[in-house]
Amino acid sequence: MTENVQHAGSLPDERPPITVVGPIAWVRNNLFNTWYNALLTISIIWLLYKIIPGLLSWLVINAHGFSAPVQECRADYSGACWSFVSEKLRFILFGTFPYDEQWRPLLTIMIFIGLLAASCDKRFWKPWFLAVWAGGLALVSALMWGGVLGLTYVENSLWGGLPLTIILSVVGLAVAFPMSILLALGRRSNLPGIKAVSVAYIELIRGVPLISLLFMASVMLPLFLPNGVTIDKLVRAQVAFILFAAAYMAEAIRGGLQAIPKGQYEAADGLGLGYWLKMRKIILPQALAIAIPPLVNTFISFFKDTSLVIIIGLYDLLGTAKAALTDPTWRGFYKEAYLFIGLIYWVFCFFMSKYSQWLEKDLNRARRR
Amino acid sequence: MKSGILAAAAVALSIGAAGTAHAGQTLDAIKQKGFIQCGVNTGLAGFSNPDSSGNWTGLDVDVCRAVAVALFNDPAKVKFTPLSAQQRFPAIQSGEVDILSRNTTWTLTRDTSVGLNFAPVTYYDGQGFMVSKKLGVKSAKELNGATVCVQSGTTTELNLADYFRATNMQYNPVVIESVDEVNAAFFAGRCDVLTTDASGLAGTRAAVAPNPADYVILPEIISKEPLAPAVRHGDDQWYDLVTWTVYAMIDAEENGITSKNIDEFMNSKNPSIQRLLGVSPGMGKSLGVDEKWAYNVIKKVGNYGEVFDRNVGPNTALKLERGLNALWTKGGLQYAMPLR
Repeated sequence: MTENVQHAGSLPDERPPITVVGPIAWVRNNLFNTWYNALLTISIIWLLYKIIPGLLSWLVINAHGFSAPVQECRADYSGACWSFVSEKLRFILFGTFPYDEQWRPLLTIMIFIGLLAASCDKRFWKPWFLAVWAGGLALVSALMWGGVLGLTYVENSLWGGLPLTIILSVVGLAVAFPMSILLALGRRSNLPGIKAVSVAYIELIRGVPLISLLFMASVMLPLFLPNGVTIDKLVRAQVAFILFAAAYMAEAIRGGLQAIPKGQYEAADGLGLGYWLKMRKIILPQALAIAIPPLVNTFISFFKDTSLVIIIGLYDLLGTAKAALTDPTWRGFYKEAYLFIGLIYWVFCFFMSKYSQWLEKDLNRARRR
Repeated sequence: MKSGILAAAAVALSIGAAGTAHAGQTLDAIKQKGFIQCGVNTGLAGFSNPDSSGNWTGLDVDVCRAVAVALFNDPAKVKFTPLSAQQRFPAIQSGEVDILSRNTTWTLTRDTSVGLNFAPVTYYDGQGFMVSKKLGVKSAKELNGATVCVQSGTTTELNLADYFRATNMQYNPVVIESVDEVNAAFFAGRCDVLTTDASGLAGTRAAVAPNPADYVILPEIISKEPLAPAVRHGDDQWYDLVTWTVYAMIDAEENGITSKNIDEFMNSKNPSIQRLLGVSPGMGKSLGVDEKWAYNVIKKVGNYGEVFDRNVGPNTALKLERGLNALWTKGGLQYAMPLR
């Protein structure tokens, strides 16, 4: 029996022709499959050939290291001056927060990243995790403001850099999210009063640019307040952000709500569920899953929009980089500054986008059967 | 999430100082809270910019520190609020800041309808032109047909248009929003001429130009930009204090008194120096502050010349000459009214 199998007379497997598998085939199928793609490929390769050597020599080969003195950078502009980044690193990241206390904003950033990373894991999507968030935020408030546990008090006008960007976005999105759900439901409501208010709010806010909302909050509002009463700049900006984000997210969620087939609503009604139960158990879980791509879109653009607070004199990450550039000794190294903070923004946005792709796949598993 | 917001709101609703009801209200409120709230630029090299450790430095910043010393004898009793150009007037009007020391040009409308009182000029500036030496241009009158790099949305742009119209010349503006990009465009050769305030031109040439010797600043100054600290209408006593703090710094330079040699002058027989340093009392009482106010300002912040040299002078990266900001005895415009 065994002998028979050994002598079955089968030839050893042939390699498939080189034009079907392997790198050459891949190149042919993906880069040169039509004449216009071939043209595009060639022109892109030519462009890269033109750009990359110059870029590399500026970024690496001719660049001045992280500890190069400024005179060395000034003597030769053909390379990047990375010592600008190392010299200004703490200012760009933490702004005017008291220098000796900057471990506090650093810890704040780490707490936020930890909380956000944990929130990505579905095992933590439990009510008790809200308490973890509340605890984390209390800890962050204590760290940033101080005044307790022997920490010196630091007023929030001194906050800046990455913690400010993260606080503005996370607090903004977290407060705006429930608001936006209510607004989206309100807009779909059968009650005319609620519907009118929701529509008016959403359309009003979406009808003006964010920058004008920030101007209103920072320039007009103080003039309307009674003499002697001032509301903190940061709070004004934060409120403007929340109002803005809520309107945009409400529209994203409304899209999700409208995509739910009518049968789902009717089935829920048929089961005798009340309005809130129906929304909470049947409609919103599906609608929010559908709304993930536009929501993440909003998150990402919102995260980057926080840089607009520069116009009202708050130092977010972009603001500190710009202010760092005004140090007479270190003027003019704006390429290095913008590249560096661009990298930070990119890392955050890239992970948001990757996570949303994964989440979308995961939540829509049922739909893709 | 909510707890954070509530805490923020609670801290935020602090009672500031504002009002035009009667003289003395701003000063009273400042004394009560124990510090001065000073509005500065969000970042202007040499005038107000945070250093690598986040401490504010600059000429405008030192003016605020000097006022804090005159009032509290402590240069640290001042809090800085960085303000954008659009924000600065609402901020001073609403009482968010007590003094605006933010490279603000003293003009009639700002003095009247904006509701400001300007203290003495701390920096005389004016708009100028910079060209590459290769062009061989010696005067702004030869700039007919030139391409001019200019920052958008500033009086600079308007002054430029006025100047070329008045002199009946043509020009092509290259209008760019950010200072850095304007400078980059100029040094990359996109335009023949770079225009902005003369102090800015000198600073740019010193700090950003690939080779400063290749560029020349033309002698014509086409606008007047007297930069002065300002307070809002309604508190003359506070205004007086700011005014005379600046004068005291200029007066000290006129008398050759610096932060280093000031103690030698305590025995001076010169009556005007005795009045300045509080050896013969009266000045402090008139202003409602300690008799040693000017002594403290000079000792802890310096005289006007020291402040100038430290922040923007020839030994800094900005390398600005005194020019119009020299003392009147040396061909400039800085002139202190008599302290008596």
